[in-house]
Amino acid sequence: MKKVIRLENLDCANCGMLLERTIAKIDGVQSATVNFMAQKLILEYDENAVGVLENVKKSAKKILPDVTLLGL
Amino acid sequence: MSKNKKRLIKTIVALALFIPAFILYLIFKDKGKYVWFAMFSLIYLIAGYDILYKAVRNILHGKVFDENFLMAIASLGALILGEYTEAVAVMIFYQVGECFQSYAVGKSRASISKLMDIRPDVARVIRNGIEEEVFPDEVSVGEIITVRAGDKIPLDGIVIEGNCHLNTSALTGESRPISVVVGDRVLSGTVCLDGKLMIEVQKEFYDGTVSKILDMVENASTKKAKVENFISVFAKYYTPCVVFSAIALAIIPSLFTGNWQEWTVRALTFLVVSCPCALVISVPLSFFGGIGGAGNKGILIKGANYVEQISKANVFVFDKTGTLTKGKFSVVGVYPEEKREEILKYAYVCEKNSNHPIAKAIVEECVPKNADGYEIEEIAGKGVIAKNKTERILCGNLSLLSSENVDVGEVQNLIQQNSLENKTCAYIAINGQFLGIIAVADTVREDAKACVSNLKKQGYKVYMLTGDGEQSARFVAEEVGVDNYFYGLLPQDKMQRIEEIIANKQKGDVVAFIGDGINDAPVIMRADVGVSMGGVGSDSAIEASDVVLMYDKPSAIVTAKKIAQKTMRIVRQNVIFALTIKLSALILSAFGIGGMWYAVFADVGVSVLAILNAMRAMRNKDF
Repeated sequence: MKKVIRLENLDCANCGMLLERTIAKIDGVQSATVNFMAQKLILEYDENAVGVLENVKKSAKKILPDVTLLGL
Repeated sequence: MSKNKKRLIKTIVALALFIPAFILYLIFKDKGKYVWFAMFSLIYLIAGYDILYKAVRNILHGKVFDENFLMAIASLGALILGEYTEAVAVMIFYQVGECFQSYAVGKSRASISKLMDIRPDVARVIRNGIEEEVFPDEVSVGEIITVRAGDKIPLDGIVIEGNCHLNTSALTGESRPISVVVGDRVLSGTVCLDGKLMIEVQKEFYDGTVSKILDMVENASTKKAKVENFISVFAKYYTPCVVFSAIALAIIPSLFTGNWQEWTVRALTFLVVSCPCALVISVPLSFFGGIGGAGNKGILIKGANYVEQISKANVFVFDKTGTLTKGKFSVVGVYPEEKREEILKYAYVCEKNSNHPIAKAIVEECVPKNADGYEIEEIAGKGVIAKNKTERILCGNLSLLSSENVDVGEVQNLIQQNSLENKTCAYIAINGQFLGIIAVADTVREDAKACVSNLKKQGYKVYMLTGDGEQSARFVAEEVGVDNYFYGLLPQDKMQRIEEIIANKQKGDVVAFIGDGINDAPVIMRADVGVSMGGVGSDSAIEASDVVLMYDKPSAIVTAKKIAQKTMRIVRQNVIFALTIKLSALILSAFGIGGMWYAVFADVGVSVLAILNAMRAMRNKDF
């Protein structure tokens, strides 16, 4: 399943890259792309896997506490 | 107050305090060490308390190579070692760079959405007989909306009442207003110039034309170019490498020389340049700008990787009908020529009210004459008979003439003399006598020739594919100047041809196919770069192609290529510039030359310059 998540307060491009790399490693996530210019995270994940979105939220919070994920 | 504004004010305050303090420090440097320390620490805290806070918080989260942390360590280290001005400068300029970066990014995002000024703000929907103003995304399929003169049509739909002229230039580049009546399909993003329409909504806002176009531009960077992937990999290793070299630089030489202070300062300088920010921001920003700038020219590019591909494209394969030609008939000859006026006059009488494409072409060519008083009879598959008291005019194909017992002996001669075998012809007869032939054909687009010659001049290969016969293919090929053309191709043959062209290409060649996107979608998908032209509003065109030319102009591919090349040039400049400066900053500071001031430039200065350079990708006035 594909989901577009808006990112608020993502103010450094390198952090966006870090977020992308971290989220891509989460189990059940097929691909993660952070579009810094559009302030969006485009997530493709296995909807049958358990708690994927929760884990995405948690790791985003951990590495980028200032960034809010909207639409999750 | 927004976060950026707060940061800006804080930075300005810090800078305003720093400049006089710096001048005083240069004069009275040797006196009152602790006073200076206190003063600069204060300015330092004003400039960077948020960075320090974030650094501490991130360490608690186990995130070490974070730029806040590195900046904090570098500047705090300098402060403790007595390099007061450097410490404060690092912090202030880092903040200046951050402000500038968010300003630049915000600015280019805003200007791109302005370039693509097609997003409607409001929809007037009729609910329970009352007109309400709502956001376009709140309207569902099947609801009725009204559009008045001057309004942007907010949603795709069908006109159920009223008529008006539409300005479709934002979508198609066509500046001539198009008139729509009941039953016509209208696209969101077009502007109603006069009158009032009632429209039944057919697509939700997010499935509509406007959203598709905006999505395409905004989400283009999902598909990353090779150079972007290179930057990702580079960024992943760069920071840790620099940090470990800094640690090594602080410890190893100090063990031999015993001069810990000197080597620690040099190591801290490393940390200042440890962020690959300039690259990480400027490369996607360049692509974003290039894609946005192309969007403004009616060229939608679906991803940064396609910008890279078009910039390299050197084999261009065009479909004929609808791409190099208009896909619309017009009169190319009237035979015998000496009877031209007479033939056209009678043809007009017959065809003036017909909707047949050939009839329309004929009517367009004719001088209108008084055609009242004729009784018109249409004979399906054959043509039209028009009669009044004295005249009985036939206009149609040969079987119409034969069935009316007209002597067509002269016709074959006329066809051979003027080589009309492969043209579409309408035959005219009056009162049982053959009068003449009107030949119609598809016409070449005005800019097709210029487009092809431009591509050929740059040494690119140009091919043309068509399902039409040899003669009409040769005619168009000669007209536009294509040397390599293949005719009589069925859709699967076109696919085979493109496969052959791709199979025979040399290493480094990139094959672009330009078609209408509706009939040749598979071929578009097969090519290295698939380009569809004029297919806005057609889902298959937008989905199948990598590049969509919104305007019906093949020469837009030349513009697309220029914009792509410019974008790639900017990207390369930024990569080389940033890498050179950062690397030389590392080398120089390892030898103790330049020091922290130079490192600040290598970090913030390079970011600022790279961003400014990237923003050039948006401006393409000359193309």
